[in-house]
Amino acid sequence: MTGVKGMLGAVVTAPLGALARVLDAPLRLWQRLTGQGGMVAFFLLPNMAIFTIFVLLPLVINVAYSMTTGAALFLPERTYVGAAQYERLLRCADYTNLATCQEDQFWIALRNTGTFVVLQVSLLIVAATITALILNRALRALSFWRAVFFFPVLLSPVVVGLIWRWILDRNGVLNAALVGMGMDPVNWLLERNYAFSAAIGVTIWAHLGFFALILLAGLQAIPRDLYEAAEMDGTKPARVFWRITLPLLMPNMLVVIVLALIRAVQVFDEAYVLTGGGPGTATLFLTQYIYEVGFASLLKNPGLAAAASILMGGVLILLTLLQLALGKRNERKGRLK
Amino acid sequence: MKKTLIALALGASLMGSTALAGDVRLMWYSDGVEGEVMKDLVARFNAENPGINVILDEVAYKVVQEQLQIQLEAGTGPDIARVTNIKTLAPHWLDLTPHLSDAEYWRTNFGAHADWMREDGSDAITGFMTQLTLTGGFANATLFEQAGIALPGEGATWDDWVNAADQVAKSQGTAAAFAIDRSGHRISGPNVSYGANYIGADGLPAPVDDGTKAFAEKLVGWVEGGQMLRDTWVAASGSTYRAAADDFINAAIPFYYSGSWQIANLSTKIGDGFDWVATGSPCGTAGCSGLAGGAALVAVKYTQNAEEVAKVMEFFAREDIVKEFSERTLFLPAHAGVAAAGGLNWQTEDANVKAALDAFVAAAGDTLPAADALPAWKWASPVYGALVNRISQVMAGELTLEDAYARIDQDIAEQVAAAQ
Repeated sequence: MTGVKGMLGAVVTAPLGALARVLDAPLRLWQRLTGQGGMVAFFLLPNMAIFTIFVLLPLVINVAYSMTTGAALFLPERTYVGAAQYERLLRCADYTNLATCQEDQFWIALRNTGTFVVLQVSLLIVAATITALILNRALRALSFWRAVFFFPVLLSPVVVGLIWRWILDRNGVLNAALVGMGMDPVNWLLERNYAFSAAIGVTIWAHLGFFALILLAGLQAIPRDLYEAAEMDGTKPARVFWRITLPLLMPNMLVVIVLALIRAVQVFDEAYVLTGGGPGTATLFLTQYIYEVGFASLLKNPGLAAAASILMGGVLILLTLLQLALGKRNERKGRLK
Repeated sequence: MKKTLIALALGASLMGSTALAGDVRLMWYSDGVEGEVMKDLVARFNAENPGINVILDEVAYKVVQEQLQIQLEAGTGPDIARVTNIKTLAPHWLDLTPHLSDAEYWRTNFGAHADWMREDGSDAITGFMTQLTLTGGFANATLFEQAGIALPGEGATWDDWVNAADQVAKSQGTAAAFAIDRSGHRISGPNVSYGANYIGADGLPAPVDDGTKAFAEKLVGWVEGGQMLRDTWVAASGSTYRAAADDFINAAIPFYYSGSWQIANLSTKIGDGFDWVATGSPCGTAGCSGLAGGAALVAVKYTQNAEEVAKVMEFFAREDIVKEFSERTLFLPAHAGVAAAGGLNWQTEDANVKAALDAFVAAAGDTLPAADALPAWKWASPVYGALVNRISQVMAGELTLEDAYARIDQDIAEQVAAAQ
C-alpha cells in the first residue's frame, strides 16, 4: 500500500518538481529586477487576468452597450445615443406616480424589488436565526434536522420554482387539499398579495438553510462559559439572547445580512418560474425586467437592458461597499477588545 | 512508422475537414409530432446524401424566440432554422436563388408566402413555409352536449360563443368558459374582425384604433366577468407567451381560441377523452377573420456551406416530401402544388382531426385583408408584444384601458424608433 502511495506521490510530484526547476531561474531574475512587489504581481496575474476577462471587460462592454441603441450585437455596428437610455429609464413627470414614468415597468420592477428586499431579507434573517438557535440545541437526530433545513439549498432554483408552482397552482396540491377539506380553492398565483407573498416565502424556503448554517457556525463559536456564568447569575433567557448571543453573533449576522441583501436584489429564477412576473406586474423584479427587455421580447433592446443592469449593478456595488465597511468596523472592534 | 503517422494525421485532417464542409446544422422546434417526422426525414436525407451530414438540433420554441436572434446578430447560429418570427429576422436569411437547381419551382410553389420571409422590396428565395397555420377556435363537443347547449353555428359572433361556452362552464363546473393563448398574434385576428387595421398609410404602425379597442374591451370584460380563464393572461408579465392548450386538453374550458397547429397536439393528448371540433374564428362587426401564419424553414446567410444548405432545402421542399410531412404532422401544406392536388391522406385514426383540418381549410377563406397583410409586415412583432403586455396589465387591474392604449402606442413607437 505504502509502495503504491509512494509511487502515486512520485508521479504527482515529479512533474511539479520539474516545473519548479524550470521556473526557478526566471523567477529569481524577476524578483531581482522587480523586488517583492513584482513577485506579488506575478502571482496575482492569473487571477487578475481571469477577473479582467470575465468580469471587468464584460462590465466595460455593458457600459458601452448602455450608450447605444439598435438590435445589432457588435458595438461598432450599434448607434451611439449617449445617456439617452438612462434618461428613458429615469424620466418621470411625477416621481410619486409611476404611471407617469416613460419606462413605467422599470420603476414598477424597482419598487417591487425594493419591497421584496426589505420584506424577504427581514423575514429570512429572523427565520434563519430561529432555525440556527433551534439547531444549536442538543436535539435528538440533530444531523438529520440540519440536513432537512439545508436540503432546499441543494436544489436548482428552477426546480424550486416548479415544485412550488405545482403546489400553488390553481389545480395544485394545496388547492386539492383545500377542496378535499371542503374549502374553496384559492388562486394563490393570481392574486397580487398572495403571489408576492409566495415569491417571498419560496425564496426564504430555498435559501434559509444556507444562512442558518452560517449563523449556526457563529453560535457554536460562542464560548459556553459565558452562558454558564449567565445561568449562575439567574439571567433570563431573553436577556441572554440580547446581551450575549446576538452581540457575539453579529460578525456572522452582518455577513448574512449583506449576502441576503445582494441575493434579494438579484432575485429572478425561482420567482420567474413561479409567477412569471404576474399577476400583471405584481412580481416583476429588476432582473426579469432586464431579461425581458434584452432577451425575451420580440423586438429586443439590449441597450436599454444594459442601462438597467448598470443601474442595478450600482445598487449591488453600494451593498458590497457596505459589507466591506461593516467588516472593517468589526475587525477594528475585535482588535480593540 | 513516421510515414504511417503522417499518413494517418493527413487522413484524419482530411476526414475532419470533409465532415465540417458537409455539416448542416438545422435548428428545429416542435408544437406536436413534427420533430419525430423530421428526425425520420433527416435520417433519410443523410442516407441518400453521404457527402452531407444534417445535424438536427431540437430545441424548445423559447430558444428560437429568445436565443436565435442573438446568435444571428453575432453572425453565427445554425445553417437552417425553423422560425415563426420570419419577417423581423429577414435580414439574416440567405438568398438561395443562385444555389438552387430550379428556382422557378420555388417561385411557383412557395411564391405566395415568399414576402413573409424576405426584406421589403427583395425578390430573394430564403426558404419555405413548413406549414400554413390559421388562428381559430376549438370546442369541447362532449361538454357542450352534456350541458345540452348547441354549438353556435356559422356566423356566430364572439359574444355568441362566449355566452354559449359560459352556459356550458356553469353547467359542467369548469374553471372558465374559454381561453385565448397569451399572445398578441392570437388576438389580432379577432381585432381585425372588429375592424382593426394595424398598418398606417406610411407602412408604419397606426395608433390603436376602434377595432382593437372594441375587442380589447371585450377581453378585459370577459376576464373580469370570469368567462375567460384568468391564468393564461394575468399570471405572467411582459410579452411572455402562454398557451392554454393544457386547460382545454384537461377539459377545464369548453372553448379555446388558438390555431391549426394545435390539431396534432390535441389529437395526441386528448385521444378518446372527449370529442372536440374546430370552429373557425367567431365573427366581429367586420368579419370572421383568423390570422394566417406558420413556421418557415429558412437558410441562414452566415452558413459556410451554402451549396449543401441549398441541397437540404431542396430535399425538404420537394413535393413528395412536403406531402408526406403534411400528412404525418397534420399540418396544412404551404406548397401550392400539394394544396392544389388535394387528396392528402392524413395519417390519423382520430375522426376529430380530419373534420378539424377541413374546418380550418374552410375558415382560410374568411380572413380579411387587414389580417392577410400582417404576416409580411415587419412591424407586426412590436405591435403583438405591446398588445399582450399592456392588455394583461389592464386585466390585472394595474391600468385602465385608456391608459393601456396610450402605452401601447408609446411602446410601439419607441420600439420602432430603436429598431430604425
